[in-house]
Amino acid sequence: MKYFPLLWATLWRKKTRTIFTLLSMIVAFLLFGILETVDYAFAHPSGGATGADKLITTNKYSITLALPFSYTQQIRSVPGVAEVTWISWFGAYYQESKNFIFALPVDTGTYFNLHKDEFIVSAEHMQAYRNTRTGALVSSKLMKKFGWKVGDKVPLHSTIWTQKKDGSLDWIFDIVGTFDAKDPTQASQQAQTLLFHYDLFDEGRSFGKGTVGWFEERVDDPTQSAATSSKIDALFANSSNETKTQPAKEFALAFIKQLGDIGFVLRAILGAVFFTLLFLTGNTMMQSVRERIPELAVLKTIGFGDGIVLGLVIGESLLLCLIAAAIGLGLSFLALPIIRLGLQGVELSPTALIPGFGAAVLLALIVGTPPALRAMRLNIVDALADKR
Amino acid sequence: MSEAIVSLRNVDKRYVRGKQSVEVLKGLSLDIAKGEFVALMGPSGSGKTTLLNLIGGLDTATAGEITVAGQRLDKLGSGALARWRARHVGFVFQFYNLMPMLTAQRNVELPLLLTNLTGSQRKANALAALTLVGIADRAKHKPNELSGGQAQRVAIARALVADPTLLVCDEPTGDLDRKSADEVLHLLQILNREHGKTIVMVTHDPKAAEFASRQLHMDKGALLEAATLAA
Repeated sequence: MKYFPLLWATLWRKKTRTIFTLLSMIVAFLLFGILETVDYAFAHPSGGATGADKLITTNKYSITLALPFSYTQQIRSVPGVAEVTWISWFGAYYQESKNFIFALPVDTGTYFNLHKDEFIVSAEHMQAYRNTRTGALVSSKLMKKFGWKVGDKVPLHSTIWTQKKDGSLDWIFDIVGTFDAKDPTQASQQAQTLLFHYDLFDEGRSFGKGTVGWFEERVDDPTQSAATSSKIDALFANSSNETKTQPAKEFALAFIKQLGDIGFVLRAILGAVFFTLLFLTGNTMMQSVRERIPELAVLKTIGFGDGIVLGLVIGESLLLCLIAAAIGLGLSFLALPIIRLGLQGVELSPTALIPGFGAAVLLALIVGTPPALRAMRLNIVDALADKR
Repeated sequence: MSEAIVSLRNVDKRYVRGKQSVEVLKGLSLDIAKGEFVALMGPSGSGKTTLLNLIGGLDTATAGEITVAGQRLDKLGSGALARWRARHVGFVFQFYNLMPMLTAQRNVELPLLLTNLTGSQRKANALAALTLVGIADRAKHKPNELSGGQAQRVAIARALVADPTLLVCDEPTGDLDRKSADEVLHLLQILNREHGKTIVMVTHDPKAAEFASRQLHMDKGALLEAATLAA
């Protein structure tokens, strides 16, 4: 600790350079923190408690392949399954393709029973929904986004489902109510959601009748989720429509991963960020030590040993990197709520920021060691010769 | 002469630069007594600074024996030599060589970082050293806020603060005007006469050499003469 004032003063020897270096590193660590958090979320899908009692059953080979509706009763008969509901991917947008709507045809009774205590819907709106065949319950955030009001008729364009009556891809719904999610995390996930009757969807579509996209189950005992999943899949083993049952969180992640190998992309970007940091910090440290050769020689002259000089330069590098990491990762922690809004279905944990400090230490050692060795090996007489 | 605090016997020093070998000191022998103030004079390239480096433990001899403060320097490794320097030698340079980002007080504290003193003890000792050289009122100033004379006084305080056996000064007035130079030399004289510090000073300036108790003249790596001046 007694060397800290010397380290601190040395760090701020060239204020402007240190500030700009720090700013660059802070931005890099901010990016590092955000990407690391997202990468961690993809790598640890079952880290949170939310949705731990939910399972999703899809076609074993692809989520785009449908399953027979008749599986419902068989799944319901599996011990440990408390409720089953069925959903299909509607793939809708409003007016323009950029206005994506997470429209889901759901079975009212089983869906709201399975998700009981998760939605805030007024009794009046729920009753209206039950009574209206073309009714839709819409997230209040989505209502606000498009300026919709209860009573409006809204046309949604499905990218998949043509209607039996006229082959049109445009489906018209009556907004009869709104809902909100009780859990703030769920609220962000539900921000684009519109729910409508499965019966309307199944009877109205021109193909795929009697099939579902996936089943969703609630289990009595979340600790038995794996065993229950196995039992469900065993029911349909060797059938023409084999199933894959997994925790809801993993399903959500798998859904997002359809975009590509997210982990690889994130790690590639993280690698690039780290590499950039190496050059940036390494250059700063080399330059800083090069400028201070006479000063380092003076320290050695007055008795600072090789080990102390080595430690001082590495200490300076550590100080620089840890300050940048603390601020950058701190900012990325503050950014977590914003990232959550953009990444529905992914649970972000501050735990993911811890490796950032490890990366800062590693970075400091890598960039600090070469100039530190140079300082350690400094020949006092030669170094002083330029400036005595 | 009282006991020799610096003793050199048949010291050679050669530098190898590429394929060239340059002999800087040849069979040099010298004794400096405790409490002496010695001025080393001579033309550029005569070997004054090399001799000073050897006495201060900054460089090692190619051949011969160097004993300073009872320690054979040619027997010490670099780590032990660094510890020895910290304990026994205070250095004063022509261009002060203060840390520009540290205050005068922090600069003076630097050698004390190598001791077991607490922060408050280091601060007290640094202020005492600054008071001794008459610049305590500038303790919180950085080197760029000091005049040349003031900066050199801070450098002398840094050299003194750990109470070294020997002060080694390389052209301490080479960057100062006459008035400041005389003040610094007078300070060195006081340190020598009143505090018993042994001082070895390299200088080109005959006026500066007059402040010393003995003048040594060098040329082509050898001592030409030694004149002991009346105190």
